[in-house]
Amino acid sequence: MAGAKEIRSKIKSIQNTAKITKAMEMVAASKMRKAQDRMHASRPYAEKIRNVLAHLAQAHPEYQHPYLSDRPEVKRVGYIIVSTDRGLCGGLNTNMFKATVREMIEWDKQGVDVDVCAIGRKAVGFFGRFKCQLVAEADHLGDSPTMEDLIGTVKVMLDSYDEGRIDRLYLVHNEFVNTMTQRPRIHQMVPIMGEVDQELEHHWDYIYEPEAKHIIDGLMFRFIESQVYQGLVENIASEMSARMIAMKSATDNAGEIIKELQTVYNKARQAAITQEISEIVSGAAAV
Amino acid sequence: MSMTMHVDIVSAETEIYSGTIIECYAPAEMGEVGIHPRHAPLLTKLKPGEVRVVLQDGEDQSFFINGGIMEIQPHVVTILSDSAIRAADIDEAAAQEAKARAEAAMQDRKSDLDYARAKAELVEAIAKIETIKKLRKRR
Repeated sequence: MAGAKEIRSKIKSIQNTAKITKAMEMVAASKMRKAQDRMHASRPYAEKIRNVLAHLAQAHPEYQHPYLSDRPEVKRVGYIIVSTDRGLCGGLNTNMFKATVREMIEWDKQGVDVDVCAIGRKAVGFFGRFKCQLVAEADHLGDSPTMEDLIGTVKVMLDSYDEGRIDRLYLVHNEFVNTMTQRPRIHQMVPIMGEVDQELEHHWDYIYEPEAKHIIDGLMFRFIESQVYQGLVENIASEMSARMIAMKSATDNAGEIIKELQTVYNKARQAAITQEISEIVSGAAAV
Repeated sequence: MSMTMHVDIVSAETEIYSGTIIECYAPAEMGEVGIHPRHAPLLTKLKPGEVRVVLQDGEDQSFFINGGIMEIQPHVVTILSDSAIRAADIDEAAAQEAKARAEAAMQDRKSDLDYARAKAELVEAIAKIETIKKLRKRR
């Protein structure tokens, strides 16, 4: 029985792997549900604050916040990149990094430098090796991050915008479309781009209570915070569902390989039996 | 133009209320404001306190927010609160306790930071208790 033993131990080891991937799939599925709830819960706030900001961008305030005015010359841009802490979630991070790197190459061609703020262990690892400046990083945020975890890193980027070190700030994260699909999304955070609402085209301004600067500053910081938070929460939901899918296909693949190996094993066993019989028969004939 | 407006009350964690109303009262930083449809655009900070909306059928609903920002457009009111709950869900005992705790913390203050935080907590606790009292009175 040549190789039968090896095949048997191989089947055993694949069965064990399948058990692990099955367990991981189940864990990811239950975490995904929680992550999705969190994402849906914080979505209204992010959407509403974006609306308010879009309105504000079209108002004609006496106080022009720096986040609302585009700078004519772009010398350096910043990216806040939200990734996962752990791997084994399919092409989620890779796809996002690819999309980001593609943009970075474009900037490089125009002679624009890039600053990176990495959130999540995978981004820290990837962009640490990459030819770009890693100015801030945050990792091990866990499955239920809080706003406080983010404030420090976000502030680094906003400060460098305020001081004129960077002229634009982008946020990169995975957008949760549904359980099967996640898309990398890169969008400009600062300066804030408002969609033009026809109704509000005419000249108007808010009444501010108390003064405009105070309230707009507060609103801006809240907005950036909520955008990054939303990105992070969405990324976690994407991570969990991508992992669930990846682990499901790993389990399926393991099942297929086991089936194939089983056939090979059966054939080998059959061949050995046939050979033995023919040996016995020919031995008996010789007597 | 109809005399109603749309209101959205959201907190960082969740959406609290969204619907059509005819009146809205909110604790703006410069004093309580009452908003009717076709109000001039207004952007204001909110103090901790009660937000009350009057629905189309005259019924009113009350919410507690612990500060935030309010945007008013002629027919849309958006309240972005740091955290918000329905007034009926306030735990009065917990609010009283928080008030006592904050007062105690203000008594033996160790640093300015502690003092400021205790003061903020006190303001919030008092606002919560006020909200409950108002709610009771109305019923």
